[in-house]
Amino acid sequence: MKRLILLLAGLFFALTASAHKPSDSYLSLSVKDSSIIGQWDIALRDLDFAIGLDANGDAEITWGEVRAKHTEIAAYAMSRLHVSAQGKDCPIQVTEHLVDDHTDGAYAVMRFKAECPTPISVLQAKYNLFFDIDPQHKGLLRLDYQGQSSTAIFSPDKATQEFKLSEVSRFKQFLDYAREGVWHIWIGFDHILFLLALLLPAVVFRQDKKWQAVSAFKPAFWSVLKIVTAFTLAHSITLTLATLGVISLPSRWVESTIAASVVIAALNNIYPLFRERRWVMAFLFGLIHGFGFASVLTDLGLPQGALILALVGFNLGVEGGQLAIVAAFLPIAFALRTSWFYRRLILIGGSVVIAILAAIWFIERAFDMKFL
Amino acid sequence: MPSFTHFAPRQLLILSLLFCTATTAFSAAHIPPNDATVLERLPFKPNDPVARELAQMRAELQRNPKNVEVAVKLARRYYGMVGEEGDPRYLGYAEAALKPWWDMPEPPIDVQVLRAGLLQFRHDFSGATSDLNKAIARDPKNPQARVLRAVIEIVQARYDLARSDCRALDGLTNDLIVVGCETMVDGLTGKLASAYDTLNTTFNDALKDAQSDGDKVAPDLQLWVLIRLAELSQRQGKIERTEAHFKQALALGIQDTFLLAAYADFLLDQKRPTEVVTLLKDKIRSDNLLLRLVFAERILNMPEAKESESILTARYVAAQLRGDTVHQQEEARFELQVKANPKKALALAQENWKVQLEPRDARIFLESALALKDPNAAQAVLQWLDSSHIEDAYLIKLGQQLKQLQAMQVAH
Repeated sequence: MKRLILLLAGLFFALTASAHKPSDSYLSLSVKDSSIIGQWDIALRDLDFAIGLDANGDAEITWGEVRAKHTEIAAYAMSRLHVSAQGKDCPIQVTEHLVDDHTDGAYAVMRFKAECPTPISVLQAKYNLFFDIDPQHKGLLRLDYQGQSSTAIFSPDKATQEFKLSEVSRFKQFLDYAREGVWHIWIGFDHILFLLALLLPAVVFRQDKKWQAVSAFKPAFWSVLKIVTAFTLAHSITLTLATLGVISLPSRWVESTIAASVVIAALNNIYPLFRERRWVMAFLFGLIHGFGFASVLTDLGLPQGALILALVGFNLGVEGGQLAIVAAFLPIAFALRTSWFYRRLILIGGSVVIAILAAIWFIERAFDMKFL
Repeated sequence: MPSFTHFAPRQLLILSLLFCTATTAFSAAHIPPNDATVLERLPFKPNDPVARELAQMRAELQRNPKNVEVAVKLARRYYGMVGEEGDPRYLGYAEAALKPWWDMPEPPIDVQVLRAGLLQFRHDFSGATSDLNKAIARDPKNPQARVLRAVIEIVQARYDLARSDCRALDGLTNDLIVVGCETMVDGLTGKLASAYDTLNTTFNDALKDAQSDGDKVAPDLQLWVLIRLAELSQRQGKIERTEAHFKQALALGIQDTFLLAAYADFLLDQKRPTEVVTLLKDKIRSDNLLLRLVFAERILNMPEAKESESILTARYVAAQLRGDTVHQQEEARFELQVKANPKKALALAQENWKVQLEPRDARIFLESALALKDPNAAQAVLQWLDSSHIEDAYLIKLGQQLKQLQAMQVAH
């Protein structure tokens, strides 16, 4: 009979592979100077197999049963995790026992502290949990250092690993934030449309209530430069102030005003409100857009100790992305400026479309509704 | 130097989700309200006969870890439990029992065959085949090694080799297994009707013979044959007969994740999602069954669908993080049908097709290619459809649609 089971097991299960999630633990370490704050989530099923948690034998693990075994769980787990800084041992102390549900069931959660004798530059971690009873077990590590996260996987053949923390270089961090800045302006349609609405009339001027093409490139270029500089200056000021925590505004108000600014900028092309002093508008509303950028930067997570670096990187990224858009826009607009197509369809028609779109955003944001 | 992967904020978000994911994606570590709060349910009570048997064997092995007989017995027991419980942890427990021999190039033959079995679970088919080749070279009459190798050959579409392994089983094991093995190959290679008839007749004869001897055919063997009969019937398009075989298999009362998944797929194809929900709503621990439940809940517009979907997403992310690729076929179905991302589905189906070439693998591959209108990407599967002579109406229809598309694209 046993023989048969094995024979058939092969036949059935080549196909099903692993139906459950296999055994993993989640270890996160957050390093600062010479201390490590950690959290370790270990599946109750695995702990039960290793040290037995089901005290009353009813196949259910209760909080009471887990609580009674806290000392034993901590001793079992912590004897299988060693961290050291530059080869010097950092003793671990469990500070708190909790539980959490992961996608595959309940986990014991241990929070702990480890103090190293020296500030950590090379962190060694030796992980041996469950490898003796389940070589398929893996430890998934998340390591946080200076606002940067990295991951690693512990397995029986990769039980000891070393992390050079200085490898998270300042320059790399700077580039990352710059990239995020470019990315944000690229996906931030409201900022792009605001800028476009202001730039559309840069290659024309109004005379006798009609748009006329500018005769030379120079005035168009100056007009664009004034608008872009005003916008940049304004949002840099508020981005900095908001990021440093000097001013803060409610995000719903900021986002609604940004939408409103796009509507006004677009309407200005259809019916003159600000006339030719669009750079004034760019500056005034640019102040509000800066708060919008600031909330993105805060969401990204700011590295402590490298705040200015992140701020400058992000801002330069935003400017770079913005300049790329302008550089693509200006030559095309200049070339088309004398055509009916540009003056009626793109300038007026485009402004109408932008105004409608932004008006919908405004209603969505201001009244917390969803249309698009 | 270990990997020190750098994460962009978006990936970090997924990662941090994973690190604090729960059934409701945003619950956090907490202290339960009281001592009586049940946190987890275990598959066995400690005094359950199965648990006691395992505990005894483990204790015996602990006293003498180098006793190969006890180790093999325990590892086999765990190996069998993977299918019953659907929990891959048992694979690790089995491997642990075999630890003293695990890294040997030529361990005792029973260990080598078991190791092959454990490796194929991880989709390490080449490692498994290499072990089986060596085991069969040492003991050509080893039925386990032959069956396992035949199954891997079927999965990898090496039908001639599979057939000869099936034939070599003759006289080494139960006739039903021998016939089941060969009809599995025949059912994929243009002899579908006769394969069904042969297996069905052999099965009924075996049941009758056993009855007249006052004996019965082992339930797990019955289960295996009935699933094969259901598959063959389904391929023939005989809906009622397929369902009858699935029902017979379910009536055996054996817990089996493969059976449930296959039956759920059948019900989904028959547009009967309500029954899928009833069948699987308590089985969400299994990723493969959860996948079918997500399909059904979405068809029915059930409010639970969103949560099931996010749990499954998190499990696939977790599998990716630990470097597992055993889910590719299922994940491809998830990407195509739930996430509406045929591009990713096709990429997964392509990767999967490198190791698994069965009708269900072909199906998701063809469906993804069709969704992307990219017949050229499916060339390998179209070739397999022709060369295997498989008689599966649905797959053939998909193949024809792709070929028409290809002809149209060439014409343009």
